[in-house]
Amino acid sequence: MHGYANPARFLKLARPATGWLLGVGALLLAAGIYGGLFVTPPDYLQGETVRILYIHVPAAWLGMAGWASIAASSISQLVWRHPLAAVAGRALAPVGAVFAALCLATGSIWGRPTWGTWWEWDGRLTSMLILFFLYLGYIALASAERERGGEGRMAALFGLVGAVNLPIIHYSVLWWRTLHQGQSISIAQGSSIAPELLWPLPLTMVGFTAIFAAVTLMRMRAELARQKLEARLRRSAAE
Amino acid sequence: MMVRPKHQRLVLLILAVTALIGAVLFAMWGLQDRAAYFVTPSDIAAGKTAPGKSMRLGGMVVKGSLKRNPDGLTIRFAVSDTKAETAVVYRGITPDLFREGSGVVAEGRLGPGGLFIADTILAKHDERYMPPQMANQ
Repeated sequence: MHGYANPARFLKLARPATGWLLGVGALLLAAGIYGGLFVTPPDYLQGETVRILYIHVPAAWLGMAGWASIAASSISQLVWRHPLAAVAGRALAPVGAVFAALCLATGSIWGRPTWGTWWEWDGRLTSMLILFFLYLGYIALASAERERGGEGRMAALFGLVGAVNLPIIHYSVLWWRTLHQGQSISIAQGSSIAPELLWPLPLTMVGFTAIFAAVTLMRMRAELARQKLEARLRRSAAE
Repeated sequence: MMVRPKHQRLVLLILAVTALIGAVLFAMWGLQDRAAYFVTPSDIAAGKTAPGKSMRLGGMVVKGSLKRNPDGLTIRFAVSDTKAETAVVYRGITPDLFREGSGVVAEGRLGPGGLFIADTILAKHDERYMPPQMANQ
């Protein structure tokens, strides 16, 4: 891991990885969306409405995985002062926020025809909305710190503390009575989604994740390029 | 010793995170009752709810209990959590997924005689998804 602490070495790996992730992600996503929209049968209870699952579930996963990645880069910044950690945190936040928002929007659209409501303040919906607000707070804090020339330590602390919301989101449907149903897929109990309906989900999950990674790498590269440019401008101004 | 400050930061961080997780667990444990989105028929039977106060009632619609009044709009049904039952009356349009044997959340208040007067009906479905042919088997 620390071999890639060097931004030059990171860039050497990130440049080809971006294209590959983007290409593979787009292919998997196209296959998953096609399967989910045209090939799988409708649900016995919800009918065609169930197809929004193939977007909603990956969006929820990436909204949470995005913050888990921010927390990981926060730790690596606070403990090891990893030079790429703050860059990674700032690159991740808007991407994660977009997926958290997508999860909330698709959930709302799904909730209206199935539950009969756009929004309810139950444990799962509320904790997911808090995650979205945490993203907005992190983005504001990290960019304010960057403008002041700080190392982003406050943002890292915020990223770490905000991670306590992740188990709350995950266990909300177990701990509390909620309108949102319990989890359909678990390691211990397998899947309660029939195989006929399930198969496009891993495709869109991995596809969205690859695109998430590609966009994050692009943002990290852009940030590193900007830092390089700023350093060069400072040097030429000093001469 | 070059690694000292690094180790110190790591130990501090682990302590802080442990304390934080502990605090959150305590808070969530304390919230358990208050964060519940609905009450159950058992709660009502145990007298944990105040009559006339607005609340949400959740459970399963008892099979065979759904009756429609001649006006076509008013329905009566029983909600069960397998331990107790509460009778519900509602006037209005129900969501498509509202049906006998399925989950329901009713917003309203407890009227005289233990009858729950609902203003809103929400359908609660479970975590299973399957094709129609499989559900018929």
